[in-house]
Amino acid sequence: MTTTKIQFGRRSFIKSSVLAGGGLVLGFNLLAACNPGSVNELEIPEEWFEINAYLKIGENGVVSIMSKNPEFGQGVMTSMPMVIAEELDVDWKNVMVEQAPFDTVRFERQFTGGSQALRTSWQMLRTTGAAARQMLREAAAKAWNVPVAEITTAAGMLLHTSSGKKAGYGEFASAAAQMPVPTEVEMKEPKDFTIVGTSRKNVNGKDLVTGKPMFGLDVEKEGMLIATVAIPPAFGMKLKSFDATEAKAMPGIKDIFSFKTYNDDYKRNGFDTDAFTELVAIVGTSTWEVMNAKLMLNVEWEPFSDYEYTAAGRRGDQKVVVPAGLESTADHKLKMEEAAAKPGRIVRRDGNPEEAFKKAANIIERTYTAPYLAHFMMEPINFFADVRDDMVTVIGPSQAPEFVENTIAARLGIPVEKIDVQMTRMGGGFGRRAYNHYATEAAVISQKVKAPVKLIYSREDTTRFGVFRPTYYVTYRAALDENNNLTAFHAKAGGIPESPLHANRFPAGAVENYLAEEWSIDSNITIGAFRAPRSNFIGPAEQMFLDEVAEAAGKDPIQFRLDLFKRAQENPVGERNDYDAARYAGVLELVRDKSGWGQNDSGLKRGVAAYFCHNSYAAHVVDVVMENGQPRVEKVVSAMDCGIVVNPDAAVNMVEGAVVDGIGCAMYGEMTFTDGAPDKDNFDTYRMIRHNETPKSIDVHFVQNEIAPTGLGEPPFPPIFAALGNALFKATGTRYYNQPFIDNNFDS
Amino acid sequence: MAIFKLKINGKQYQVDVDPSTPVLWVLRDHLKMMGTKYGCGVAQCGACTIHLDGEAVRSCITFVDSVGDQEITTIEGLSENGDHPVQEAWLEHDVAQCGYCQPGQIMSAAALLNSNPHPGDEEIETAMSGNICRCGTYTRIKQAIKTAANS
Repeated sequence: MTTTKIQFGRRSFIKSSVLAGGGLVLGFNLLAACNPGSVNELEIPEEWFEINAYLKIGENGVVSIMSKNPEFGQGVMTSMPMVIAEELDVDWKNVMVEQAPFDTVRFERQFTGGSQALRTSWQMLRTTGAAARQMLREAAAKAWNVPVAEITTAAGMLLHTSSGKKAGYGEFASAAAQMPVPTEVEMKEPKDFTIVGTSRKNVNGKDLVTGKPMFGLDVEKEGMLIATVAIPPAFGMKLKSFDATEAKAMPGIKDIFSFKTYNDDYKRNGFDTDAFTELVAIVGTSTWEVMNAKLMLNVEWEPFSDYEYTAAGRRGDQKVVVPAGLESTADHKLKMEEAAAKPGRIVRRDGNPEEAFKKAANIIERTYTAPYLAHFMMEPINFFADVRDDMVTVIGPSQAPEFVENTIAARLGIPVEKIDVQMTRMGGGFGRRAYNHYATEAAVISQKVKAPVKLIYSREDTTRFGVFRPTYYVTYRAALDENNNLTAFHAKAGGIPESPLHANRFPAGAVENYLAEEWSIDSNITIGAFRAPRSNFIGPAEQMFLDEVAEAAGKDPIQFRLDLFKRAQENPVGERNDYDAARYAGVLELVRDKSGWGQNDSGLKRGVAAYFCHNSYAAHVVDVVMENGQPRVEKVVSAMDCGIVVNPDAAVNMVEGAVVDGIGCAMYGEMTFTDGAPDKDNFDTYRMIRHNETPKSIDVHFVQNEIAPTGLGEPPFPPIFAALGNALFKATGTRYYNQPFIDNNFDS
Repeated sequence: MAIFKLKINGKQYQVDVDPSTPVLWVLRDHLKMMGTKYGCGVAQCGACTIHLDGEAVRSCITFVDSVGDQEITTIEGLSENGDHPVQEAWLEHDVAQCGYCQPGQIMSAAALLNSNPHPGDEEIETAMSGNICRCGTYTRIKQAIKTAANS
């Protein structure tokens, strides 16, 4: 045990106004039992005693733990309660999990993104559980009239060894709830964990395999209407006029009208998207009817002129310029080549790179590109809204509910206190559901039709209203001396509309002479977070380039990197190097050992890559086989260092998913545009990885340490692109510089 | 609009809808059975997979007037207590991440095992390649199908 002052989580002890049932009020499946099977196997208590925002204990000892963050498949609904249960010292079998209400006063950060859930909440979740345990011990000590220090706990029981007294948590739940909140708590040593570090099944598993309504699209309310919207066919266009005469006459149609998503004087934030801010709503009684009516709607769209607005940014107000024009992928390529040929903005410079390149015995220069990517989360865009004069309820899938609340409050002119945001499980997000324009759209529509409304986007519109992963471009140069030592490294990166550069990441710090510069090109095509933003391009490009540099230097690609990490550890260049070289090397060594790299593998077509982002380290070895002239990934071995692994089997699942997703995006992912319009809008044209293209095995390993947990949703994603690219070279003898890889003729 | 009598999960239902309405939206909007998911509307992702007389079909392109006497089974009716061998295997392998596609995956897998109780790797891949999982749980799905086949 270690004693820790409560610095985190104190706000969770603010008493709620409602004692019981503070969970998600969707009217279905409030509770998920943690033992496999159903809630019915646990006896629901007659009375709950709220210890703090996260914890309620029933008189029978059953514990309810709130999961505070929105769940989109990353497993927080299981892993975060596991951390609380660990410090509470309760049997996981007696725990049930509820989705917490949206309440940042009591739950602080409620956001899904950046692989930050456990990293930012670890201490708070632990102290929350430990404080509750302490309050139970104090309640028992008072009743038994013994010193609190003599009271121990074991799996939901309070024990006083010398007197032989014992009681379940339930017996003291009521008294514990009245105890003062401790200022210091005892927390377990990681070696004593009995829940954290053991695999626990998804608490929603049973509901998911039986088709229970859990997602935003499943929300159903009395008197609810269905709405969809007509959006401009292309970026750079806006609404001119519409004629709804025919559409309004269609069966089931209640109303058709245009509306603006933001008020003209509204100051947008970084999650309020630019594109398509005036839409036409089609409201009716069923989805099929509104979708059919939309086909009969006559809308005229027109190109917009350049405009600008002021947005609230992280570093204060920022002017955002939106250029006019109907952009095409062919033009983008030309513009990027032009921009790349000009001097960039220098972000980091170590030593004298110009001189080092002059003196080099060998210079390797390569350019890498990748297209826009669309998110294609499986659950199409949707949100429910019920706007009344005195209360607004919005329910749906959101990675960033805090921004939903503020944007809707501003748009409707209703104070934030009167807006109740409820979180549903998300059918994927990958970044797209941080941009919740559709929640505001649903609210505006509900306000206009004076009824509860579920807004549904078609798959096509879900894609076309994209907040895409940008298209990127980077040119690398490496200088080798006559002894094949890497003496200088130069990265010049750009993109539309942002640069992917992370100038302080590896190999910065490991090379004496280093130069990083960047450029960007404005665009009206909206972009945003996509699993491991920027890292998902610059990581693979860097790791494919280093593979080629290692080859030119005649060195094994793993040893080549390890030598650089050794340099970065022993004698780092520069001061701001955003990685821990020892941990970085650690995942490479682990993947080398687990894959049998360099041991009887000469017949295998294998590639390796590693990357550090979102506070965690990842490395993969990929084996490719050629089948009928096409590559297929046979096997992947992965090594991760994300600190303590809370739920190991779920963590393995997450890495497997990132590997499959990354192989899919690298091989097939590509969005292109013609005159502002996305060229693909559904799975028939936008290719996603499928069962028959998945690796036959994915073997995942974790570095074992006691470092506080860091992220896992994003870190394994970037390096898999590169491990695949490097393996493809081994399989075909050709280096692939442009994604998607499938565009190459592998036969040649 | 027209009245259709449908046999779903062993029970009779009656709906008054446009004959061109896909079964997907009859289930979701009219009968409030939310287990069958909307993913693409063009039979490319498999999230809406149901059984028609035991065969896996995409309900997003199966129009209500084409069903006739055929019996519809949805994820809600695959088993009475959620204990179909495929569902059990899904829990054993803890397959789901976001879980949105899983009802469709399970319905495709159950139909595959109906017609081919012990499919090989390639047969599984072929039968399942119409079902997209954006989270990338394919390796677990394959393992779960093998587990279900052996149970």
